[in-house]
Amino acid sequence: MSENKNLVEGATGSWEIVLGLEIHAQVLSDAKLFSSAPTKFGAEQNTQVSLVDAAMPGMLPVINEECVRKAVRTGLGIKSKINLRSVFDRKNYFYPDLPQGYQISQFKYPIVGEGEIEIDLKGGATKRIGIERLHLEQDAGKSIHDQHPSLSYVDLNRSGVALMEIVSKPDMRSSEEAQAYVKKVRAILRYLGTCDGNMEEGSLRADVNVSVRRPGEPLGTRCEIKNVNSIRFIGQAIEHEARRQIDVLEDGGSVRLETRLFDPKKGVTRAMRSKEEAHDYRYFPDPDLLPLVISQEMVDALAADLPELPDEKKARFVREYGLSPYDAGVLVSEKVSAAFFESVASECDPKLAANWVTGEFFGALRKAGATIETSPVSAKQLGELINLISDDTLSGRIAKDVFEIMFETSDDAAKIVEERGLRQVTDLGAIEKVIDEIIAANPDKVEQVKAKPKLMGWFVGQVMKATGGKANPSSVNGLLSKKLGL
Amino acid sequence: MSVDENTVRGIARLARIAVSEEELAPLAKDMSAILDWVEQLGEVETDNVAPLTSVVEMEMKMREDIVQHENIQREVTQNAAVSEDGFFTVPKVIE
Amino acid sequence: MSDLTKLTLSDARAKLMSKEISAVELTQAHVEAVEAAVPLNAYVTPTFEKALDMAKASDERIAKGEAGSLEGLPLGIKDLFCTEGVRTTACSNILDEFTPTYESTVTSNLWRDGAVMLGKLNNDEFAMGSSNETSRFGPCINPWKASGSDADLVPGGSSGGSSTAVAAHLALGATATDTGGSIRQPASFTGTVGLKPTYGRCSRWGITAFASSLDQAGPITRSVRDAAIMLTSMSGHDAKDTTSVDIAVPDFEAALTGDIRGLKVGIPKEYRIEGMSTEIEKLWSDGIDWLKSAGAEIVNVSLPHTKYALPAYYIVAPAEASSNLARYDGVRYGLRVTGDNITEMYEKTRAAGFGDEVRRRILIGTYVLSAGYYDAYYIKAQKVRTLIAQDFAEAYKQVDVLLTPTTPTAAFAIGEKIDDPLSMYLNDVFTVPVNLAGLPGISIPAGLSSEGLPLGLQLIGRTFDEETLLRVAGVLEEAAGFNAEPSTWWRNK
Ligand SMILES: [Mg+2]
Ligand SMILES: [Zn+2]
Repeated sequence: MSENKNLVEGATGSWEIVLGLEIHAQVLSDAKLFSSAPTKFGAEQNTQVSLVDAAMPGMLPVINEECVRKAVRTGLGIKSKINLRSVFDRKNYFYPDLPQGYQISQFKYPIVGEGEIEIDLKGGATKRIGIERLHLEQDAGKSIHDQHPSLSYVDLNRSGVALMEIVSKPDMRSSEEAQAYVKKVRAILRYLGTCDGNMEEGSLRADVNVSVRRPGEPLGTRCEIKNVNSIRFIGQAIEHEARRQIDVLEDGGSVRLETRLFDPKKGVTRAMRSKEEAHDYRYFPDPDLLPLVISQEMVDALAADLPELPDEKKARFVREYGLSPYDAGVLVSEKVSAAFFESVASECDPKLAANWVTGEFFGALRKAGATIETSPVSAKQLGELINLISDDTLSGRIAKDVFEIMFETSDDAAKIVEERGLRQVTDLGAIEKVIDEIIAANPDKVEQVKAKPKLMGWFVGQVMKATGGKANPSSVNGLLSKKLGL
Repeated sequence: MSVDENTVRGIARLARIAVSEEELAPLAKDMSAILDWVEQLGEVETDNVAPLTSVVEMEMKMREDIVQHENIQREVTQNAAVSEDGFFTVPKVIE
Repeated sequence: MSDLTKLTLSDARAKLMSKEISAVELTQAHVEAVEAAVPLNAYVTPTFEKALDMAKASDERIAKGEAGSLEGLPLGIKDLFCTEGVRTTACSNILDEFTPTYESTVTSNLWRDGAVMLGKLNNDEFAMGSSNETSRFGPCINPWKASGSDADLVPGGSSGGSSTAVAAHLALGATATDTGGSIRQPASFTGTVGLKPTYGRCSRWGITAFASSLDQAGPITRSVRDAAIMLTSMSGHDAKDTTSVDIAVPDFEAALTGDIRGLKVGIPKEYRIEGMSTEIEKLWSDGIDWLKSAGAEIVNVSLPHTKYALPAYYIVAPAEASSNLARYDGVRYGLRVTGDNITEMYEKTRAAGFGDEVRRRILIGTYVLSAGYYDAYYIKAQKVRTLIAQDFAEAYKQVDVLLTPTTPTAAFAIGEKIDDPLSMYLNDVFTVPVNLAGLPGISIPAGLSSEGLPLGLQLIGRTFDEETLLRVAGVLEEAAGFNAEPSTWWRNK
């Protein structure tokens, strides 16, 4: 505890923020968890609803095996214990978008137990965050409250969609850690292909449990901020909520255990009115479903089929390509970037590839609002460009110009270099000729450089200017030193 | 009486069934009679007994991830007392 | 009035197949019988037009030699089964005019085999009751009257409409459901055969749920053979119900060999409850004698936890019901009472929609699942349930079937017990343990009480051994030779 460097100063001393997250991740599946209706996003209201999803009388749930497999795959990916026997429970409460009057979830016996993941912090530091559990459950429908002055509209398209709820231990101590945690979980889910991680569409959302305490003291009362749907908002919600709790406590008040909502427009959290009432969910095993029993063979087969995950990939990038842990971390944070890097690196020098991908390439994408998928420059093209640097066809500076043109035109580097005559001059005779002319034209500078060797830079500049930047910089330096007798 | 009127009020609220003040006392009496009667289960020694999960020994079958669906928006909403434009509607919920 | 309604289902089947009668004639006879039986209040939603259409189609199939196993046989359907295009209410106001767009698996199976639907039958609201008095349509009346009395009696419940329709010849057979005795007790009260199969034998898909771990569909008929015929059609694995078992459905009728020599019949001593009437005791010992004479061996067995079955049931069933009935909220179907806000809408809708007994059970169920009580009530009851199932498993190491009375008394008067839930619950003392353990059970009409009312004997079988159960039932039926009929007093009203 004492090593926490994230203490927050209040008026009466410092406070420690304690954070635990419940991430709801929509399982990538064609059909719902207990019905064969589709999971398509953005469809017209109540068109993706089966009789089961609408909880018609006499309807019964039948579990989708693919959702079970994806939950196990995710459990393996977050290095957690897989429970061969788990139980579906009913969580009973009334809400218009909860047609059965209960949510089928897993309470006492979840499919995945304890585990941990490593999060990446600033400056290449890492921290382990404990995973409490992962369980499967149904999503609710959607209530729309702002379409009518006195009515809420209910759309059950999402009702019954499979969710994995991933519950962390209260191991995070700052909004940065919480954000890094969500990013890491999202990256792992995407690597695994078990959730698309799309926070705008709600396929990944987080409930953030926030409490504060004096360092070393027991846990304080927490508030749960529901359904925060962007990484930025998670940061803002935590900052605001922690500050609010500190203010309450420092004013001599006490924090109320409650559910709150984050209002992104105002940047504040507020108590949820619909959750004010004390809840008693009356969990009990769903009598419509037998216990979920999976075989060790199924788990083993899924384990054997796991892809390389971000942490392992990062270690390999450092080991195999000699990248810095920082660069490796940046590259593996998204599966697509890591893959892009690897295909660039298969064409050219890996370290140069890492520099170019994380530098010029990401910069250009960001500026253009593009993604790797929509990038005008392919990995192969970027590799070819980098090779033109390595074989001295291009100087680094010219290469940047070439890249810019490539990004605009999608043309190959070689074509641009050829058409625009950008090839670097490596012919020593030609460079020597230019140098001789400059020395002859500037006898005063030649005198001065003998006393002040720093003036050599001026000569280099003159040579580059005369060659349109195409002279090979190391040849220029070598020849100049010789001719000037330095 | 294992259940008093206040408890009945709370339980009725949880169950979302309106119960008038006059009904509380007789309901408390009925519920207490039943709950007092089931108390006899306390006589049974169950320390090392597992609660029954399923009367028939069988494994739960799973289905494949295959969409079998038609758009039944009309079918789904046609039995609703009120609906609007394919939505179910309820008195406005304030979150 | 034609006497076609006097036929058993199997006799009617034979006459249809030999083209001695037509399905339309048979259906028409039943339609007329139903129309003449309004005072019994057995049918809550008759579907005569549909019945005659179905019968016509049956006749065509029979003519073409494409008859199914139940071709042209008119049946009544308990209102708990969802029937496509036909109002289904579970006899509760909360379902209002709900008309399913789908057909339950069990009834689909019956129509697949050619059966004809006469209409929907009365039952206790959501199958909660033992007298059919909790129905939104009012009580169903037992066709039987005590000798020398004109008092209306209950037909048992919850499948009172089913037992009445079959006893009064308003259908050749009826579907029913049994959560704690709701097939067997009404069968006992009306002199009919009521068969509750093993949990998982029939699909629950499309049946309005009461208590999911206990509910099971089955037939009420006028003979054991008819029950076997109906069960063969109703049973089978259904991918839409993962609690339905995936084993082959035997031809149950073929199990009726009449030969029970060497079979062991257990007599559980705990069923000899305090205050049991001498006539029930006499009936039971008659049953023992009949089976003994048929060559069975009688073995005394003990089911020590029997006494705790009823209290355990009255925790588990209401708990599951409280959750199963949460979907009736006025939003997607059924009754809706407006309110100023969502909670008020829920509370008013559910208060107006549910009757007293249903409300009582929802409240009890909500209570026993609530924080702080769950372990003491629900878990405790489920543990007791384990012990009850173990008792049976232990007994079946020694015997093949068990013989007990079905009910502690004969049918009682309308209104007699409705205000005393506990005395009402005691009706199911012999039937409830069977549901808790998921076993098959059957009630056979075995005699008349001193008041001239039918009394049933119950046989309880091993899990998924309905064949042995039916074989013994057939022998018992034969030996009892029960052929009394109620007078048709309702026709003159
Ligand atoms: Mg949560
Ligand atoms: Zn959840």
